[in-house]
Amino acid sequence: MLAKRIIPCLDIKDGQTVKGVNFVGIKSVGDPVELGAKYAAEGADELCFLDITATHEGRKTFAELVRKISRYINIPFTVGGGISEVSDADVLLNAGADKCSINSSAVRNPELISQMAKSFGSQFVVCAIDAREENGKWVVTVNGGRIPTDKELFSWAKEAEDRGAGEILFTSMNHDGTKQGFANEALAKLGDMLKIPIIASGGAGSIDHFVDTFTHGKADAGLAASIFHYGEIPIPLLKKELHKKGIVVRL
Amino acid sequence: MNVVIIKYNAGNIRSVSYALKRLGVEADITADKQKILNADKVIFPGVGEASNTMAYLKKEGLDAVIKELKQPTLGICLGLQLMCKHSEEFDTDCLGIFDVNVKRFAPPAGQEFDIKVPHMGWNTIQDLKTGIFDASLESQYVYFVHSYYAELSEHTVATTNYIHPYSAALHKSNFYATQFHPEKSGDVGARILENFLRLP
Repeated sequence: MLAKRIIPCLDIKDGQTVKGVNFVGIKSVGDPVELGAKYAAEGADELCFLDITATHEGRKTFAELVRKISRYINIPFTVGGGISEVSDADVLLNAGADKCSINSSAVRNPELISQMAKSFGSQFVVCAIDAREENGKWVVTVNGGRIPTDKELFSWAKEAEDRGAGEILFTSMNHDGTKQGFANEALAKLGDMLKIPIIASGGAGSIDHFVDTFTHGKADAGLAASIFHYGEIPIPLLKKELHKKGIVVRL
Repeated sequence: MNVVIIKYNAGNIRSVSYALKRLGVEADITADKQKILNADKVIFPGVGEASNTMAYLKKEGLDAVIKELKQPTLGICLGLQLMCKHSEEFDTDCLGIFDVNVKRFAPPAGQEFDIKVPHMGWNTIQDLKTGIFDASLESQYVYFVHSYYAELSEHTVATTNYIHPYSAALHKSNFYATQFHPEKSGDVGARILENFLRLP
């Protein structure tokens, strides 16, 4: 059986991870390669590295980092942040990234999804969508949830699929940071209407939240940051408990 | 040991070379026919689309080189599919090393939204045979990303079940191939690559 995936997400600024606690055995909390390798050894199924650096210099640092990640880490990883042209993605592909996630730039220029899918294959293109529910309507936002757009979550996700996205990474801005669980209703609706895998993001606070999102939310993968970085839920424990609850995971 | 990774218009070549590097092997990434023919081991990786890639291999004369190889050769992902007879992906005639057809995954009617295509993520390998596998690898998880699959055949040396059982690995004389990505499959994948490198 295909296993449900657990994906820790690391925010990167100037080549260093932004948040996290000092894990035992890790020399530098800030080193994304060390932290990524630790997660991989613990049983993470994939890793996600998001570059939040805004400068041109920082971008080069990120590509350098992607090369290092690819060299030392033996599981698949997605990179994202600041990819606005096919050439940006090309640099990261050549540095060894398995997948690229695009978010605001795809909303501004949907053709980017088509171009990337055509150039590198759908399996390389993750369309990340940040949306907020307002008065019963899921509004797609950009710039880290700060700016609402005229797009609506479900029609935008469908368009992304039709344009060749290989996966949808959906973050509910209502749930992100709350630790009250994922947006399972919206996730299930996405799952029912799309033929590509869906990654649930935003709201993970407990093991049960993952159980819920893999069952009620129909998610194919669960992504989280702080619960892993602050050591609140160790990945081996999470996977063991998911297995006990009858969810297929890689142990 | 002289290991060559065939260089062509495909992704993930760097990942394969890094995986070998983690095992202490510096592979030569090359399209040089003599170098490929003279290598101790050859790896034919691949991420991409069948028809374009076949056309490229033919144009470069690499199709004939691959078929001629006598040393242990490992195809990965698209590499496996191109070593088969024919692929449904743009109705492509492939290298024909394995007498196997490659088909597109088709979820049963009514389940198109429950069973996703591509088959992406970690799944188990069963019924393992040949030297690239060993008993410790039975039912272990490896990483897949693909929309097309090789049917079961006499050359099947590992099976995976997605919608139905299919060939997760193929073998015929010196040719080995895996549909999954050993270079991305954690310690399990590393062990499979190690076994391949150890083949006589």
